[in-house]
Amino acid sequence: MSAADLLPLLRGLTWTVALTAGAFLIGAVLGVPLLAARQSRLWPLRFLAMTAIQIVRAIPPILWLFIIFFGLGMGVMPISPFNAALMGLGLIAAANMAEIYRGAVASIHFGQWEASAALDLGRWSILRDIVAPQAFRVALPSAASYLIGLMKETAVASTIGVAELAYQGNQLSQLTFRGLEVFALVGLFYVLLSLPIAWLSRVADGHLRAKVAR
Amino acid sequence: MFPTQDEISTWLPELLGGLSISLQVTALSLLIGIPFGLVLALGVLAKSRSLKGISLFLVEVGRGAPALVLLQFIYFGLPTTGLTLGSFSAAIIALAWNTGAYTSEIIRASLQSVAHGQREAAEALGLNRFDELRYVLLPQGLRVALPALLGFSILIFQGTSLCFTIALPELVSRAYEIGSTTFRYFPALLAAGVLYAAISIPAALLVNHVEKRAGLYAQR
Repeated sequence: MSAADLLPLLRGLTWTVALTAGAFLIGAVLGVPLLAARQSRLWPLRFLAMTAIQIVRAIPPILWLFIIFFGLGMGVMPISPFNAALMGLGLIAAANMAEIYRGAVASIHFGQWEASAALDLGRWSILRDIVAPQAFRVALPSAASYLIGLMKETAVASTIGVAELAYQGNQLSQLTFRGLEVFALVGLFYVLLSLPIAWLSRVADGHLRAKVAR
Repeated sequence: MFPTQDEISTWLPELLGGLSISLQVTALSLLIGIPFGLVLALGVLAKSRSLKGISLFLVEVGRGAPALVLLQFIYFGLPTTGLTLGSFSAAIIALAWNTGAYTSEIIRASLQSVAHGQREAAEALGLNRFDELRYVLLPQGLRVALPALLGFSILIFQGTSLCFTIALPELVSRAYEIGSTTFRYFPALLAAGVLYAAISIPAALLVNHVEKRAGLYAQR
């Protein structure tokens, strides 16, 4: 394998990063209203959100991508592979992030809610000023490990033809007949990609911890 | 949009056949993978440097690389060394490796969660290393690990869908095939989704239940 062979892998790397970042962003944003619905006082809304989260998590990512790319793409509206992957993985990320947020909010001591009520803060103010900043710190490590998991999950996008890392690896192995080295290299790239995420998470966690534990 | 009654009755045998393969791969991967995870966990905890190194390498690669890449590495990569595997055995080796790597972390954490006094007491009673593990650490550790292991089993069941890429005729492959011959992609894939959900959702509820029970046990 020559250096020129590495070029497609590096191009694939950028698509993997773009897909991971995009899907995570969608999930992190959509997870908030989903959690709000999940914790709503109206039971139909609560039930609906719970069912949606369960269903999204019950179906494998590859099948979601197929349902969106082939199912919707062929029948309803044409959709590009990248957008289909972004939609599918974003959907899955939203369900998982909602669960991570829920765990974080549940970990806030109920004394915090009581104290906020005693101070006569409004519902919005309690969430924004008291609960969210504390929950954010709790959610950060789980969100980071989920981000690493999501990054590996983006490999399934290769099945619908998104030219990301696993796809390029596949092409390269067929071209060079050296599957062993190529796939080992692809695996290594995924491991290397997860290192900065883990490192950033540790640094951020350290900073946030230092802010509280004085 | 949705499959008709006729379609369901013609597709169902095909899809159920696929589901059965998915379940077989899941069961075999877990049967091989979880004991492998225990071995890896003990390897990582071992004093011997080389043993520790090999175990750590297998765990880090099995967890760090996507399952899809492991699968393709074994199915498309190994033949270049002269070792050609069928898609079924390649699927089981890759997913068992993946299972071993993840469960080794779960099992290691659970073994370390057993109170230190238990280990000292076992030594004081003169139990050898194997008996200490067999009668003291595992019974207590595995109880802690159970909910996480069950939760992981659901993920492996869903992970079998990746075997689509190595042409194993499991559930997703069958649904895709039906879609490509009838051009009714959406209904066929939806039917497969319903079958996945029919297993994953009750299993997830069961895991929740076990988690609560295990929590109660720990509180006593």
